[in-house]
Amino acid sequence: MEKIKIGLPKALLYYKYKDLWTKFFENLGCDIIVSPNTTRETLENGKKFVLDEACLSVKIFMGHVFYLLGQCDYILIPRIACLKKKEKVCTNFMALFDLCRNTFDQKFLPYNIDVKKNETEEYAFIGMGLQLGFSFKKARWAYWDAKSYEEMIQERRIEKQKLELAKNTPSIKILLAGHPYNLYDNLLGKEIIAYLEKEGIDIFYSDCYDPKYLEIDYKKIAPKNYYTYNKEIIGSISFYKNFVDGIILITTFPCGPDSLSNEMIIRNVQKPLLTLLMDELNSDTGLVTRLESFLDILKLKKEREEEVHE
Amino acid sequence: MNKKIISFPHLGSYSVPIEFLLTHITPHEVLIAPKITNKTLELGAKYAPDTVCIPFKYNLGNYIEALELGANVLFQAGGGCRYGYYSEVQEKILKDLGYTFEFYSLVDVDRFKVSYMYKTFKKLNPHLSFFKFFYYLVLTVLMVFYMDRLDSLIRKNIGFEIEHGLHQEVKKDFLRDFKKTKGFFHLHRMFRMYKKKILRIPIKKPENCLKVGIIGELYTAMEPFSTYFLEMELAKMNIEVKRFTDVTYLLFLKALRRRKMLRDISKYCTYTLGADGMDNVWRTWYLAKNHYDGIIHTKPFGCTPEIGAIPIIDKVAHDEKIPIIYFSFDTQTSEVGVKTRLEAFYDMILAQKGAQ
Repeated sequence: MEKIKIGLPKALLYYKYKDLWTKFFENLGCDIIVSPNTTRETLENGKKFVLDEACLSVKIFMGHVFYLLGQCDYILIPRIACLKKKEKVCTNFMALFDLCRNTFDQKFLPYNIDVKKNETEEYAFIGMGLQLGFSFKKARWAYWDAKSYEEMIQERRIEKQKLELAKNTPSIKILLAGHPYNLYDNLLGKEIIAYLEKEGIDIFYSDCYDPKYLEIDYKKIAPKNYYTYNKEIIGSISFYKNFVDGIILITTFPCGPDSLSNEMIIRNVQKPLLTLLMDELNSDTGLVTRLESFLDILKLKKEREEEVHE
Repeated sequence: MNKKIISFPHLGSYSVPIEFLLTHITPHEVLIAPKITNKTLELGAKYAPDTVCIPFKYNLGNYIEALELGANVLFQAGGGCRYGYYSEVQEKILKDLGYTFEFYSLVDVDRFKVSYMYKTFKKLNPHLSFFKFFYYLVLTVLMVFYMDRLDSLIRKNIGFEIEHGLHQEVKKDFLRDFKKTKGFFHLHRMFRMYKKKILRIPIKKPENCLKVGIIGELYTAMEPFSTYFLEMELAKMNIEVKRFTDVTYLLFLKALRRRKMLRDISKYCTYTLGADGMDNVWRTWYLAKNHYDGIIHTKPFGCTPEIGAIPIIDKVAHDEKIPIIYFSFDTQTSEVGVKTRLEAFYDMILAQKGAQ
């Protein structure tokens, strides 16, 4: 039997669930095709298929889906409505599957998570395995194995960041806060990370954060927030803010949940904070200038603090 | 102790039932925020985050104007999109501006729960019994239901009235009388009287008049100022208007019809799209099947659920061959621009009707 080819668009939730997805499909013995890194061309392609008002991350996502068309049997697009009780996610994650199904002529593979209606992640993944023609037992094993693998990887990343935090080097420490799909995207966050690394700055990422403390942490900044992914960002900011010198918030234009959550962060966090609103017409020079001046402020502040200590 | 004065943001003419409910179950004074003007929007836009949608700015402007007049207890509702998170951010912004007030949210994460509402009102009025609260809540909901019925009747006929302004007068009258509701029978009698009154207004309606459906996001659909009185403009052009979104729909029909709607449009939607997204896809399909002449879609700039739904709506409209026009409202939207596009749309559907 020929192997089933699954396409994974390298955008949006890929950055959050890539370990889970790749391991799950490897366990089932499927071929995986991942679209290449985002370029200007990806964005230009994606722009054609959605409204001009859609957020930048969605446009990039459509570009990746466009690249994968015709190369694989299925393209995986999760549909996520509710990950925990009394919580929600951005409505784009609810609509993307139907949006792609109506726009492109291609088979798409959905899995639906809606905890409010008792459709959990396990249920969804096993359903996906059954849809691909595997047995219930195999799908369940593949999910459990992938899940434990994902947890292990995430734990390792958190440990690594904790160790780095404990080193207490004299260089400036900055927390990069934002959705993983913006932080690690080749077009959006990579440039910022590259620049900061060149300047010799210790970078911490908001997604390497132990969710153990989430319920206590996020309430310090925005107690009524119910966006699952934004809660994690807020929690990590609340956790890391005492250890870092400054925070950089990365947002795409016009992100729905971020527009309100960021307002709460800006108003409630007493730390040097830079909000970078990324849109299609961003210029690299403008970005670097803003980062440069932000770093200068942090350096001056640190020097002054040291003088006071002496 | 200071005297408590309650206020809340505007939404169409729904301030009447809300005022009725608040005056009967709390002993405090109720202050209706000043009518929405351009100044309201300016005030709201000044203090709101940049990329937030326009209802947030209108609501914030309403709050500021009410607070300036002396209100010190504010209410906010919530919905399926970021509307549910408005309350906390608005409270924070207003507190940072230096106002002192109490802030209550009626909705607990998207769920409209009677017990949660009762707990909220209990804080304002410790002597409130559940029976009294429930009695007035049901009466208010019934009032909203009757208001929506009368409104949809008016919407059908207002474009064809012979003497200009009669429908508006009746609307003013029933809003004034509904405030003085004494009980269920009184309310029902008033409803029947006004229904007769509306039907008795002389109209001149041709058999094959132009029919247009308004779909889209809930705030722009229900608050006439936010769309620069779009429905009035349509009435001037002698068009019959069908609008789906009203509070009755949001409270009951939405949940009741969800499965039927998903079944009807299973070709386009497998799942709900968040907030009113899937509903709007179904409405497009419904309007096309019922031989309407055109569809007008309104939304605030950056409304995430509608952005996800519009490409699907586009496809349905394309498949069913029905003209559709999209309006996106922001602080910078010009009234003249909207009117020009609307006139062009009117000419287009008129020409299409004539060609058939």
